Amino acid sequence: MAAPEPEAPTTARSRAKDHSPWNWLLFIPIVVPLIPAFFNADSPRLFGFPRFYWLQLAWIILGVATTTLVYQMTKKRGGDR
Amino acid sequence: MWRDHLTEIIIFSLLFLLVSAMGFVAARWRAPRDMAHLDEWGLGGRSFGGWITWFLVGGDLYTAYTFVAVPALIFGAGAAGFFAVPYTIVIYPLVFLVLCRLWSVSHRHGFVTPADFVRNRFDSPILALLIAITGIVATMPYIALQLVGIEAVLKTMGVTGDSALARHLPIIIAFAILAAYTYQSGLRAPALIAFVKDSLIYIVILVAVVYLPYKLGGWGDIFDAADAKFKASPAPGDGILLNANNQLQYVTLAFGSALALFLYPHSITGVLASKNRDVIKRNMSALPAYSLLLGLIALLGYMAIAAGVKPLPGAKAGSVDGNTVVPLLFDSQFPDWFAGVAYAAIGIGALVPAAIMSIAAANLFTRNIYKEYLKRDASPAQEANVSKITSLVVKVGAVACIVFLDPQFSIDLQLIGGVIILQTLPAVALGLYTRWFHRGALIAGWVAGMGLGMWMLYQIANPATGKKHFAGSAFPLEKFGFDTPKTIYVGIVAVLVNLAVAALLTLVLRAAKVADGVDGTTPDDYFADEGDPRVTPGAERDADAAPEPVA
Repeated sequence: MAAPEPEAPTTARSRAKDHSPWNWLLFIPIVVPLIPAFFNADSPRLFGFPRFYWLQLAWIILGVATTTLVYQMTKKRGGDR
Repeated sequence: MWRDHLTEIIIFSLLFLLVSAMGFVAARWRAPRDMAHLDEWGLGGRSFGGWITWFLVGGDLYTAYTFVAVPALIFGAGAAGFFAVPYTIVIYPLVFLVLCRLWSVSHRHGFVTPADFVRNRFDSPILALLIAITGIVATMPYIALQLVGIEAVLKTMGVTGDSALARHLPIIIAFAILAAYTYQSGLRAPALIAFVKDSLIYIVILVAVVYLPYKLGGWGDIFDAADAKFKASPAPGDGILLNANNQLQYVTLAFGSALALFLYPHSITGVLASKNRDVIKRNMSALPAYSLLLGLIALLGYMAIAAGVKPLPGAKAGSVDGNTVVPLLFDSQFPDWFAGVAYAAIGIGALVPAAIMSIAAANLFTRNIYKEYLKRDASPAQEANVSKITSLVVKVGAVACIVFLDPQFSIDLQLIGGVIILQTLPAVALGLYTRWFHRGALIAGWVAGMGLGMWMLYQIANPATGKKHFAGSAFPLEKFGFDTPKTIYVGIVAVLVNLAVAALLTLVLRAAKVADGVDGTTPDDYFADEGDPRVTPGAERDADAAPEPVA
């Protein structure tokens, strides 16, 4: 476990806030999985799974990709933003 | 008979003993210099890194009851039960930013519970008390439900008895052990046990989703068998796809449950135990791995249909216990020793969330009732002690619920729990972003949301089971006077009314210049991170300066 860094601590005031435009991307994995028109059908089947099931499981990847992207794009900024 | 399940029982007992030992040893794991502090007992020292948090929060949110009840729902109703998947996808982007703010402000001010935050933000002990009571009431039946998960397994192994006491003895013993090591080790116990629990569950499910379709003729056949069953059944709402009438219910239930999940005290406890904001953000990307697992577990319900599983009889004559579907599937399809491992996964899976929930409920009692109303000047050591004892009381209560009441009662209560915990959304979640709401208006909104939610739940009947009230969370819109057979999730309607009342009354109270207290937080508090100075009130120890003697 790392002890706290010895350098001068960056305080909340100097640190970037949560106001990055990248955060708007988070709406995609919130809205898309809640639209039944996309997934409420049997065909096409994938490995025997009706679309209802494989597509909703695929939204997991959408969610992971989006949160990962937003995290990577908004972390550890120097002094900008 | 239990003799037919001897191998399963032995494996189950051995794994159970192993994690019990781990639970006691956990007190020494990452041991603090001073365990007699609520931050240590109740939040594991606020020091958990990415991996521990992943296991802890994953083990916390995806409970044994989920693993048993979701496939049971799919088994019974089909597609409607799959809401658990969108629900656990939507939640992470939804709370990605919100929980970081909660973590930061709690880190700065030493908050342990969501009610601590509300107390400080809105300067209102009454609102904080309402939040705390809501949290405790919503959590209690959830703990009891974990026992339902264990019971489904025990029942399948034939561990039953004629008298109520004999039937419940294994659960009483299991919970006594759980209570003892939670008392001793606090949040460290479930954190350590979660490693075992989740590893077992991942192994069991990976084997199940590869091996069972192979045995049952492939995924296509499994879905076709389910389709055939639902086509033959007279119930209108089932099927492997949604119909025109339950889509709104599906979406609102998924969204409402996602909003509710992170308002539950035990989720917040898991998040506050992490050591910095980065850990939380990384986990919001990594936790959906459990959603994939949950999706696959849900499909065990269809495999049970394809395998021709018949659920065991329920507590009342003529009823069936749908929760036994998954254990029975394992029993019929797996070799005995592996079925034992699978049962242990479910049984241990119940212990982790039960421990965290009881800790969360105990923290709420200690911080927001005991310290607020009974003993203002309680020292951190006294707080820790009260919390430890309360966690015991909470577990005894949960066991009593299961032993003395119909388990169906706990299931109904948990349904209500999801609706009532949603009513803390304006104060807790929106409160993290804005202090625009007036504290009086938030209280009024809470009352309105609770009242409406209860009334709606009371109105819901299920003709199939003969229940007239509290028979589900799908409210028929025709009761509001709409000419439609569509249904909607009660929680969403209740929280919207809650918000509307809170907003309107805020305007009124502001216009009338009613006193609104002082905000105890500053805007910067919501972005604080590890290493930032704390402004914990009172003479607390210097927790952040040296978490470890030497690096």
